[in-house]
Amino acid sequence: MSKFKKKKSGALPEISTASLPDIVFMLLFFFMVATVMRQNTLMIQNKLPFADQVEKLDRKELVSYIYAGKPSERYQQKFGTEARIQLNDKFSEVKDIQNFIYAERESKREELIPYLTTALKVDVETNMGLVSDIKQELRKAEALKINYTTRIGEVAKNN
Amino acid sequence: MAKRSAPEVNAGSMADIAFLLLIFFLVTTTIETDRGISRKLPPIQDENVVPPVIKQKNIFTVIVDRNNRLLVEDEIMELGNLRKAAIAFLDNGGGAGEDGCSYCKGAKDPSASDNPKKAIISLVNDRKTEYRTYISVQNELVAAYNELRDRESQRLFGMDYLDMEAKYNDPNFRGNKEKLEKQLNQVKEMYPQLLSEAEPKSS
Repeated sequence: MSKFKKKKSGALPEISTASLPDIVFMLLFFFMVATVMRQNTLMIQNKLPFADQVEKLDRKELVSYIYAGKPSERYQQKFGTEARIQLNDKFSEVKDIQNFIYAERESKREELIPYLTTALKVDVETNMGLVSDIKQELRKAEALKINYTTRIGEVAKNN
Repeated sequence: MAKRSAPEVNAGSMADIAFLLLIFFLVTTTIETDRGISRKLPPIQDENVVPPVIKQKNIFTVIVDRNNRLLVEDEIMELGNLRKAAIAFLDNGGGAGEDGCSYCKGAKDPSASDNPKKAIISLVNDRKTEYRTYISVQNELVAAYNELRDRESQRLFGMDYLDMEAKYNDPNFRGNKEKLEKQLNQVKEMYPQLLSEAEPKSS
């Protein structure tokens, strides 16, 4: 009287992996679209300060970056521990900033030039003397829109 | 001769290739955008231009010394109190008659600022000041302005100033942009950001 057939075997059925490539491709496309490659290799220590009154820096193509801070450990023998400026991929002097700004401007379309912003990524331990020198050079180059790049958090975390 | 059908390409390694690419992009991805405090530098001025005379009571001096201590209006202050002090100064509205300020809610102290349109915050650094202190001070001063602007835009338009600004900068915003710009400018005019930075003193 076996009305109900006994199951063929107790083994688990195999999971089909045919859709695995599709899933992986989907993830792949997501990350390809969301990726922004790091343009610069940092040669300095770059611990950004905290602030909470921040604005977003959209449109990355309109932003030029100036880094400043102490050279990283592996460069300290060669360059010392005094805070330095990094433009693109090399250590630079204050006087190089104007040419850097002009070069950045040259590479952009003319109608976008008024919207160019300079982002200052400065290490927390840097002295204001260097930062003011940078700002003075930017004024000379008439790159007046700047942004102090920060991490988001209470300012009390800075100390 | 029998017609041969094209041999099928083995797609078994497709997943491996995709995984390889996926891992590469996973490693190189930085999704977050940069954020920071935006400021505008003043253009370089002619040496011959005589700076306008400003009444001492309309200037709020903040000095940061080489040991990162804060000196506000000749008194030592903790960073935590700076925002409150700046708001009290900006919102004072001590002027009379034409210089008065109808929307200020401050103490109306005659020895502090006449009205927010005249009140100037002057920030002086030492060359040895650390950047972290500088950013903290900047942040607190910008916060003071933002708080006052929020209050006024909340009263006039029932919206936070920063929300309005975010909406204005959003390219997908489907509303009356011109009206929003007018409202923004109105609030900005009530509390203009007059933050002057002197060249740092070297010691």
